Amino acid sequence: MSNIDDKNVLLDVKNLNVEFKLKNGTVRAVDNISFQVGKGEFLAIVGESGCGKSVTALSLMRLLPRIADISADHIKFDGVDISKVPESEMRKLRGRRISMIFQEPMTSLNPVLTIGDQLTEPLLTHLEMNEEEANARAIELLGMVGIPEPEKRLTQYPHQFSGGMRQRVMIAIGLACEPDLIIADEPTTALDVTIQAQILELLKDISSRLGVAVIMITHNLGVVAAYADRVNVMYAARIVEQGDANQIFEKPSHPYTIGLLRSVPRMDKPRGGRLATIDGLPPNLMSPPVGCRFKPRCPLAADACDNVPVLETQHGKEDHLAACFFTDKASKDGSTIYLAETSTHSSAEINKENPLLVVDGLEQYFSVSFRSGWLSNTSGTVKAVDGVSFEVYPGQTVGLVGESGCGKTSVGRAILHLNQATGGKMQFNDVDLNSKSVALVRQDMQVIFQDPFSSLNPRMTIGQILEEPLKVHNIVPDSQEREEKISDLLLKVGLYPYMRERYPHELSGGQRQRVGIARALSMEPKLIICDEPVSALDVSVQAQIINLLEDLQRELGIAYLFIAHDLAVVKHISHKVIVMYLGKIMEFGEGDDLYSNPRHPYTRALMDAAPIPDPQIERNREKIVLKGELPSPLNPPKGCVFSSRCNFVTDACRAEMPQLQECGNEHQAACIKLDELENA
Amino acid sequence: MLSYAIRRILLTIPTLIAVAVLVFFVLRVVPGDIVEIKLTAEGGMVSEEEIMREKERLGLNDPIMVQFYKYMIGLPQGDLGISLWTENSVSSEIAARIGLSFELAILSTVLAVLIAFPLGTLSALFRGSILDYVIRLLTIGGIAVPSFWLGMLIIMMLLATVGQLPPLGTVGLFEDPLTNLNQLIWPALSVGYRYSSVTARMLRSSILEVLSEDYIRTARAKGVFERIVIVKHGMRNALLPTVTVIGLEFAFLLGGLVVTESVFNLNGIGKLFVDSVVRNDLNLLQGLVLTVATGFVLINLIVDLLYAALDPRIRYQK
Repeated sequence: MSNIDDKNVLLDVKNLNVEFKLKNGTVRAVDNISFQVGKGEFLAIVGESGCGKSVTALSLMRLLPRIADISADHIKFDGVDISKVPESEMRKLRGRRISMIFQEPMTSLNPVLTIGDQLTEPLLTHLEMNEEEANARAIELLGMVGIPEPEKRLTQYPHQFSGGMRQRVMIAIGLACEPDLIIADEPTTALDVTIQAQILELLKDISSRLGVAVIMITHNLGVVAAYADRVNVMYAARIVEQGDANQIFEKPSHPYTIGLLRSVPRMDKPRGGRLATIDGLPPNLMSPPVGCRFKPRCPLAADACDNVPVLETQHGKEDHLAACFFTDKASKDGSTIYLAETSTHSSAEINKENPLLVVDGLEQYFSVSFRSGWLSNTSGTVKAVDGVSFEVYPGQTVGLVGESGCGKTSVGRAILHLNQATGGKMQFNDVDLNSKSVALVRQDMQVIFQDPFSSLNPRMTIGQILEEPLKVHNIVPDSQEREEKISDLLLKVGLYPYMRERYPHELSGGQRQRVGIARALSMEPKLIICDEPVSALDVSVQAQIINLLEDLQRELGIAYLFIAHDLAVVKHISHKVIVMYLGKIMEFGEGDDLYSNPRHPYTRALMDAAPIPDPQIERNREKIVLKGELPSPLNPPKGCVFSSRCNFVTDACRAEMPQLQECGNEHQAACIKLDELENA
Repeated sequence: MLSYAIRRILLTIPTLIAVAVLVFFVLRVVPGDIVEIKLTAEGGMVSEEEIMREKERLGLNDPIMVQFYKYMIGLPQGDLGISLWTENSVSSEIAARIGLSFELAILSTVLAVLIAFPLGTLSALFRGSILDYVIRLLTIGGIAVPSFWLGMLIIMMLLATVGQLPPLGTVGLFEDPLTNLNQLIWPALSVGYRYSSVTARMLRSSILEVLSEDYIRTARAKGVFERIVIVKHGMRNALLPTVTVIGLEFAFLLGGLVVTESVFNLNGIGKLFVDSVVRNDLNLLQGLVLTVATGFVLINLIVDLLYAALDPRIRYQK
């Protein structure tokens, strides 16, 4: 079934099934999947949430809860069928020859035990080292994963480590016994891009140096493109496409893979054009569709799809399999199977005479105090936003991007007056924005929040949620008309009027985010502040929401302030992009200009850190990997706030925070070495 | 850790002062007069004059601020005043009884912990099994059954089986440990059953919660023995909420168990409390309240320190 040499096969999984027997039925979370991993190979398992990726990984380790029923023809690990061995034998493999790294570094380490204790545990258990040897090895391991002062760190507890550092510790634990296989379950999903790049580089580097095979579970196609040798694409508990990573990215053959690839916004492509979206949602595994499970969402669906397609070789390549009856058509037509015409919408001209929103020297300082010793307090000021100025014109989208803790959300909250700004001026529609006048413009300025699960009241129906603002602001006084208006709104955001009777928990994440958008639209606002509106959604749903936001903008001329950490998403949707770091603007400019010609070292590093879903580009570009982590906002570096992590830092940088200076058409950056860097 | 401990200890002082002040003034608002009760106790009439003289003698005619001043000055020296009824010092009255209540509280706690830990742990580890259901039935029973009623059942059982009651007349622990134990083990059991039920249920739910944490999965993924996963990674985290429950229950026991003490004919703090209320003996009452409050504060302090010992996040808190 694949071209891995029999001698080199490390893991050979044949017809793996995992079933969960629940009260109201059986869920088959993994359905008859087979795959192999070669020694030292990097396999990625990709798919959206709920498709069975994590269950696959946990079932290999036999770490699923008791209600899970695992069966397989065989799971051969280094020639031994581990699906048949008793638990006591399995325990000896875990942590010794197969180890696992989990998604949540914040909760995956035991809070009451020291790092040293947790790191030496596998050494003491499996290798029968004594305490002294184990400690020496632990120090070596911590050094290997790039943790400074390992001797000192050994006696510390997890809460004294940042998220990125904790994930390094997890990798050290995983590597402790020099295993043959590491399973990494979304190891960087909870981390910032710059830290993600550090962790993935580390994992790749160490695994190739030590010849460890890696199974990486991820939803991020960029990560796959950058690191994987082979790929399994999973959909609704089955593998739909499998094989060599380069092959699959070059000639994706299953419609789902094509959709997945095309629904991700690309940083390296110019702005404009709709994203391909896969309609609908993944099926409920309690009662999956018969035949091909992708059929209800597939643009190529036909009668033949009522039968179950099997994995077959594609394009004459032995190492490329797909499970679809129409792979020829799919790979020939590519993304056009999703888009009727390759429509590149002409971006509407933005009238730059009267800015809708002017933010001038915005400051948001928070004073914090904490105990530092015996009955003594230390207090300090966190400058969450420090001297931020920009304008938003009607119908324009301004993207605000940066790592967590850079102050982007604080900017949005200050504009909405959810937090009282401590300095600076704001104007909305030529009205000075302050705590008194904000009530007058609230209607024109709406917000969409990040978490569609917690931002809708669970005890109100969708109808009531949408009706409330219409009543409160007395926009539509007549109740009959209100009903009609709500139906209009629901249709406008791609929902159905009958959904007004539903409660939020009856909707999916994407549908809830649509309700959030409808709620914001009901006020007929001029500006919507979108705070990470798509970061909680799967890529196919994310594309649907992004398209919706763009359509609404063209139709209604709404301006967006789009706050997000995903550079590609921001690039795709924004006319103008602002890059923030530690409360300050580092660089801003027109989207295409900024991304094709980033001037500030931080912007460059951010872009290098975000992987592009194309192996050809991803593996050949040179990258600046940022060192270190975000400094404490209580004690920012002297001079340029970025100086502590910048690769081009000089003494002059540490003297003074540079001002924003012109470096192109409507393009400014705050760096004193702009000219030097341009030539470099 | 040390600085945390010292800070916590120093913080108890203002709490205790506040309690002392509050107790003093609240009790003065309560109506009733001990002198009248005391003088008419033996029957017959008493004259206004006699009452005044008695009040003068006991210092009850002083202005309230003068009384307050004397009380507050006495406190740091351990002087709680005299009982207005027996005219012994309040501290000696309490000291005579507190030992018994304290011993009973300790004994109940030991019994409760000995019962609760195996029950709670087994119940959690074999969740959903017959064993779990039996344990849950037992513990829900323990919470529902009043301990004095259980006490009466125990006495009846003793009469029915060995045909005799636990020895009467309190014997000190150091005088005759066996007799003392024979006297106290029964009330301790009747109180400890309820106590252990509350603790076992708490322990069960916190173990279940901890076992579903990500770090337990990490420990299993390391190939650590299941026994070590549960004891080393699970128990220590599960102990935190359980320690709070034990501490609170213990502090309640220090306050005396009015009904259980009478069922077993024990002369503890509970009985003294009732007597002082009935007689309107303000000095004794405020001494008692203060003692119990101090007990609560101290137990809370110990629980906090235990928390810090178990959980580094608290120990290193800034």
